[in-house]
Order: sequence, then C-alpha cells, then structure tokens
Amino acid sequence: MSERDPQPRITTGEPDGALRLSGSWTLAHADAIAAALEAAPTDARGLDASDVTRLDSLGVLQLLRFARRRGLDFAGFRFSDEHQPLVSAIDDVADDRPHRKREYGVAEALARLGRAVHNNWKEVLALLAFLGEVLVKMLRLVREPGRFRATPTVHHMEQVGLDAVPLVFLLCYLVGAVIAFLGANVLREFGATQFVVELVSIAFLREFAVLLAAIILAGRTASAFTAHIGSMVSREEVDAIRALGLDPIDLLVIPRVTALLVMLPMLTFLGMIAGLLGGLSVGAFGLDIPPQQYLARMQDTMDLRHMWVGLSKAPVFAMLIGLIGCLEGLQVTGTAQSVGERTTSSVVQSISVVIILDAFAAMWFMEMGW
Amino acid sequence: MSGAVPDPIIRVRGLVNRFGAQVVHDGVDLEVRRGEILGVVGGSGSGKSVLMRSITGLRRPTGGEIEVLGIDALNASDADRRKIERNSGLLFQDGALFSSLTVGENVQVPLKEHHPELPEPLLYELALLKVKLSGLPADAVHKLPSQLSGGMRKRAGLARALALDPPLLFLDEPTAGLDPIGAAAFDRLVRTLQQALGLTVFLITHDLDTLYAICDRVAVLADKKLVACAPLAEIEQLEHPWVREYFHGPRARAARKAGGPGLTAEASC
Repeated sequence: MSERDPQPRITTGEPDGALRLSGSWTLAHADAIAAALEAAPTDARGLDASDVTRLDSLGVLQLLRFARRRGLDFAGFRFSDEHQPLVSAIDDVADDRPHRKREYGVAEALARLGRAVHNNWKEVLALLAFLGEVLVKMLRLVREPGRFRATPTVHHMEQVGLDAVPLVFLLCYLVGAVIAFLGANVLREFGATQFVVELVSIAFLREFAVLLAAIILAGRTASAFTAHIGSMVSREEVDAIRALGLDPIDLLVIPRVTALLVMLPMLTFLGMIAGLLGGLSVGAFGLDIPPQQYLARMQDTMDLRHMWVGLSKAPVFAMLIGLIGCLEGLQVTGTAQSVGERTTSSVVQSISVVIILDAFAAMWFMEMGW
Repeated sequence: MSGAVPDPIIRVRGLVNRFGAQVVHDGVDLEVRRGEILGVVGGSGSGKSVLMRSITGLRRPTGGEIEVLGIDALNASDADRRKIERNSGLLFQDGALFSSLTVGENVQVPLKEHHPELPEPLLYELALLKVKLSGLPADAVHKLPSQLSGGMRKRAGLARALALDPPLLFLDEPTAGLDPIGAAAFDRLVRTLQQALGLTVFLITHDLDTLYAICDRVAVLADKKLVACAPLAEIEQLEHPWVREYFHGPRARAARKAGGPGLTAEASC
C-alpha cells in the first residue's frame, strides 16, 4: 500500500500566502516529510492540507512542530473533513511536554557508585541476617519435626545431586587427568614422575574435588534457585504463601538448603574418585605407571586426613550456595530484568564466596598442620 | 487511513485449531469489516485468544485459511508478513510491556524497528504523543511499567500497539481487571481513537458493558464454531443456549440498560 503512495509535496503560490500540501503524509514517508518541511519557504503565512490523501499521527505531529518552529498558528491550518478527527485528537494532547530526564555527567556517575557501594554493604548484611534466620528455623525443626517438608527436599536432592553426577564426574575426571599430565611433564625433568600420584591425590582430596563440585553447583543450582524463587516472587506466589499462614523459609529455603547440605559432600566424594581415576588413567596410559603400582603408592603416601579436610568444607560451601541462591531469589522485585540481574548476581556471589573461603581455609588447615 | 485496504479487512475460512487431541476450533468462519469494532465473546476456553493468536500469526493454526489486509497470512512471504505486522497493533491482557524499559521506550520499540531512519527527538515526541493519546499523563513516559497501576499499564500497552498507526488493532480483554470507572473510560478511549485514527478493532472481551457501549458487531464463539456474527440486537434474539444465558442473565440486563444496544447496532449494519 504505502509503497505506491504519492510522495508528500508542498506547493506555494497560493493567493493567501499559504503552503499547499499534497501526497501522503505518513510514517512511511518520514524522511520526505522532514525534507519537504525543511525546504518550505520561510514567508509562508498559513497551511492548507485539505488535498493530502493520507495523514497519520506522524504527519500531524510534524505539522505541529513546523507550526511551533515557524511561529504559525496551528489552529488556522486547514485539513480535510476525513482527517479532522485525527488532527483534533492530537492537537488536544499536544501541549504539556515533560523535560527529558538526563542521567549522565560526573555527579550522576558518583551517585551511582555510592549507591552501588551502599547496596553491596546491604547485601552482606542481608546475607548474614538471612543466615541467622535460616539457622534459627532449622533449629526449630528439631523441636517441631512436623514442619519438615520431606517431599520437596527429596525432589531437590534429585535435581541438585543426582542430576549433577555426570557433569561433576566428567569435569573432575578431566581436571584430574590434566593435572597428572602437566605435573608429569615438569616432574619428569627431575626424574620424579612417580610423584604425580601425590600431586593428583593431594590436589583432589584437599582442594579440587570440593571446589569443582561447589563451583558446578553454584553455576547450576544457585542460579536455578534464584530464577525459580524469583519468578515466584514476581508472580506474587511468595506473598500467597505468607498470606496462607505458611513460612516461605520452611517451604522454599530449608528444603533447598538441606538438599545441598546432603548432596554437596556426596558429589565432593564422587569428584575425588573421578579425579583420582583421571590421574590413574593418565598414569596407566601416558606415564607407564600401572594401576597396581599407582594404587600401592597412594596407599603408602596418603593419609585419610586429606580427604576429611576436603569433605569438611563441603557443608559450608553448600550452606553458602543455598543461602545466596535463595536470598537473591527472594529479593527479586517483579520485573523480568530483576530476575535476570539477581540470577547473575547469585552465581557471581556464590562462586566468589566459595573461592575466597577456600583460600582462607587452605591457609588455616596448613597452619594447623592438618 | 483509507488507502487500498480491502473490505473485509480480515477473512477467516474454515479455521481449525487442535492442541493434541483437544479441538478448540473446528471450522470457524469470520469476517471483520473495515472501520468496525468487532467484539468477540465466548466462554472460558472457547478459543477467543487462540483465534486472535492465529490471525496475528503468533500461532500457526492446524488448518483453514486466514486473509489479513488481502494477504494470505498463512502462506505469506517474509515481506508480506512484515507488512501485516506493521499494519496491526496488539494489546495483550496485562499490557505485556517490556518491564526493563520505560513506557516511552516501550512505545519507541516498534518505531525503531520499522523506521530506523527517524531522528531521536522525533521518536521521543511521537512516543510522547501516543502515550498522551492513550490517556496517560505526560510524565508517564519516563516511568517503568512496574511503577504503573494495572489500568495505566493497559493504556501504555495501547500506546505501544498504536505506535505505528496501524489500521488494525487487536485488543485482548482490554477492560479485564479494571474498576468500572476505569473500564468505562477505556471503552470511551477505544471508541475515540477508533474514530480519530480510522481503526478497525478486533476486541476480545467478557465485559458486557464494553459490548453494549462500543461494539458495532459481536461474534460469538461456542461449540468450537462461530455461532453468530451480527449486531447485538440480532445476537440477543438468537436461540442458542449459551447465547441466551449470556445475554439474558442479570448482568446483561444491567449492561443493556446502561449502554443501549440500538444506538451502536445501527452504526454498522
């Protein structure tokens, strides 16, 4: 339709000094309209648009702007009867224009920085408060075991733990193999290829298994918790839970946190086995250390305490991942964008917290001589 | 607004829609004439929204033919599809505004997409104009959808639907969830805009007041078919059980008193 429309045109030379408009003054010809009005003679005293074939709100708006720029009286412009309702509808609302808001400049940037710092501090406080609240309510479960929700807990255990088994196993296996391979390359120069066994075992038992499992769950589970709870918040489901006299902490948070508390140590243990198997495979196929010899050396050199050190960190990480995931979800404010932002934030927070805490724990365990 | 738009502007022939084993439409025929407000009614689950989604191309029907603006919508080329999109505006039930954009930016989305050549100040003024035409205060352009009430969100959704000056407007339950005063004001707004902009309106509603106040013709969906499409005065005389119950219940009587069917029925037929 619009492709075959006549171009908007302005002709002059009317006896009363008015511009005569013709053609199609619609959105499809926005460029031509702007050009035609720009080129209009400055001595025009009026405007006659009654020959215009098609007119839409862009056309009227441009004529209004034209009248404003040239200081002409818009009420004196002539339009065809067909277009009159549109023109008057637009003319009715055309006054009162709010100023455009601007959020640029140094002051604004400083204000945003200040707000961000303040918000970060509030997040830390909120996390601590939330930790306290959840711990209190978990203790209450001891007194009132009837409040415990077994079915959702098991459901989350499956999603959090069982469904993550292949991923955790594969990644730990590959990282174990890579460590063995790279370690052997360096150790070979000292004729100490055998020490690959200790390298892989200590690395995996103490650090990598729990760290990898925690990071995978932070990416996989914390984000799922946030997105799920967040969309429940934005659809007022959490308010409904409260209004029904139920406690969202009991209903939503504790089953998820419990599932993580149970499953993360198990996944860590699985990760240890996978990592050791990765080292074992590289030993057998790449370094001429047969499996029997590899296992015998592990038996000789490793203490059980390495495994306990690794496993002891798992529940702490689980608690943090679960709390951050749920808390971020509960802080969603209704918009789709907020769900996205909170999900990103929960993954970033839980991964960084896990790694920072792991660094401190490593130093502490070393100083303790464990 | 006239141009080469054919009459009827929408033509649906033998429309079939199935979800698995569940049949929603089994041979729906419908024509929407240029310049009318067509109200579509039907019980919950009778497929009003599915009909709208089929016509607007959001859902591919299982069978049948749909012609919009003279274009075969189901076998259209990409260019033709875009032409239909450019020429039709949709208002979803809760406005479906993009929650991360302000109202003004929401209205600018279709403008920027279809007319990237428009300069920024003009875009802004055009968006402002649509917002005010939809009956919102001017400062609403800078607000986020979450800062608006339900009724204002609907108006903002209407402003976005009108962004491209489409000759064809689809409204999905525009007055649902509004208080009676807000609903009546919205009805008036639709009527005013329809006359000023020369729109054809396809309006899904449960609201009897809306039907009596502004609809030129009413289409009734029941039993997987279109049982009738006529001015209200004729629909009321139908013997169909659902129609009788719908138009002769206590709510319908009240609405009829308030709106007066004869007044609008004559307007079209």
